[in-house]
Amino acid sequence: MLKLQNAIVELYRKAATSLPEDVEKALRLACRKEEKGSNARAALSTILENIEIARTGERPICQDTGVPVFFVKAPAGLSHLKLRDVIIKATRIATREIPLRPNAVDILTEKNSGDNTGIGFPVIYIEETKYKKLTVDLILKGSGSENIGQLYKLPIAELKAERDLEGVRKCVLDTVYKAQGKGCPPYIIGIGIGATKDQVTRLAKEQLMRSLDDVNKQKVLAQLEKRLLNDINKLAIGPLGFGGKTTAIGVKIGINHRHPASYFVDVSVSCWADRRAGLEWKTVKSEK
Amino acid sequence: MTKQDVLKLKVGDMVLINGQIVTGRDKLHKYLFNKKPHREQVPFNLEGTVLYHCGPIIKKTPKGYKLVAGGPTTSMRVEIYEQRIISEYGLRGVMGKGGMGMQTLKALKENGCVYLHTIGGAAAYLAERVKRVAGVWKLEEFGMTEAMWILEVKDFPAIVTMDAHGRSLHEEIEKKSFAAFSGLVGSD
Repeated sequence: MLKLQNAIVELYRKAATSLPEDVEKALRLACRKEEKGSNARAALSTILENIEIARTGERPICQDTGVPVFFVKAPAGLSHLKLRDVIIKATRIATREIPLRPNAVDILTEKNSGDNTGIGFPVIYIEETKYKKLTVDLILKGSGSENIGQLYKLPIAELKAERDLEGVRKCVLDTVYKAQGKGCPPYIIGIGIGATKDQVTRLAKEQLMRSLDDVNKQKVLAQLEKRLLNDINKLAIGPLGFGGKTTAIGVKIGINHRHPASYFVDVSVSCWADRRAGLEWKTVKSEK
Repeated sequence: MTKQDVLKLKVGDMVLINGQIVTGRDKLHKYLFNKKPHREQVPFNLEGTVLYHCGPIIKKTPKGYKLVAGGPTTSMRVEIYEQRIISEYGLRGVMGKGGMGMQTLKALKENGCVYLHTIGGAAAYLAERVKRVAGVWKLEEFGMTEAMWILEVKDFPAIVTMDAHGRSLHEEIEKKSFAAFSGLVGSD
């Protein structure tokens, strides 16, 4: 498990210091679209320069290295408890070595644990997979954007939002309108729809792990993702809220079945620094 | 900065900050607001300076503290405190991201102060413009993220988004986006 622990430290380093290619590409495109001489364009070109400095210098892109959220798929027979233990140890090492900002604060004492571990911190979701390989996906979820996410229970009279996909669309626009520039746009929006609150918040966050180029397998959702991206950009909040053409660079929707009486929609927002990274581990059996 | 300097600044202006600034976020604001330490009890003279909403990553090296990453945090969280802190301690600039509300806008006008919006998330880029960590206050009590760090900066970029004349870019963008939002939500 020591090798896996080191690999997870490196996963942290990759996530914290280098942005996924698809996100960088989208930001580059957004920069070219903004008017020359505008503050929006200046902001995006600084952001692109920052991405470069962080990558080459192996320094965190953003000082808020966020809440680490792990989505782990483990093959049968691999102990989930041991996996948690490895992740927690790797978290301590990564915090010290990269370094990450210690972000785990005790609710009762207000003390920062100093190593990014604590009760339920980092967030770790593990499920069993039928495949032989172990996959570990990590997102460093910055709190500026986490704070602007919203949970909705349809219907909502003020938005004239009914229990259908049109209602979902209104919820998402409401979230972004209310967020304005507070969570570092251009945003990436993850949406989860389903039966219970806990389920949709996780589902929404999981959508942020999808590549921006990934097209939803459900045609109707793929269309809605496209429409929403277009609608959000019409709000013209722009990069960092300075006004401009790009308020979001991606919208991703995930669905679960719902209860006849419930229709929950969670909108999870990522800042432009959608710091996700993943690893695949094929040699699980030989690991002790 | 003097009041005259501040009055010259208008919404949309790009500025480069040189000299000493101080950081402060949630805990420091809460402390200054509730405990009301006198100016002389704060080890650094805040008069005329810029208070930067930032919780940096700082590394201790044999040569002293070094700022590794230091972009802005969301300013709106300290909206309830900022009005009094601006007037009490004589700040000329408040810097962060995302903008602030009507209370702060009013305080900017009354006291001659500006809100500077720097580049959210550009922590490595901005760290290169911090030349020296000149001191720290409340490190033990508040921890690295929440302590007040005194930073010497060179050509530190920001955009004036709320000025001392009562104008706020954030208010204007919100109004425009509300019109678009109403159209998009009402059009089914």
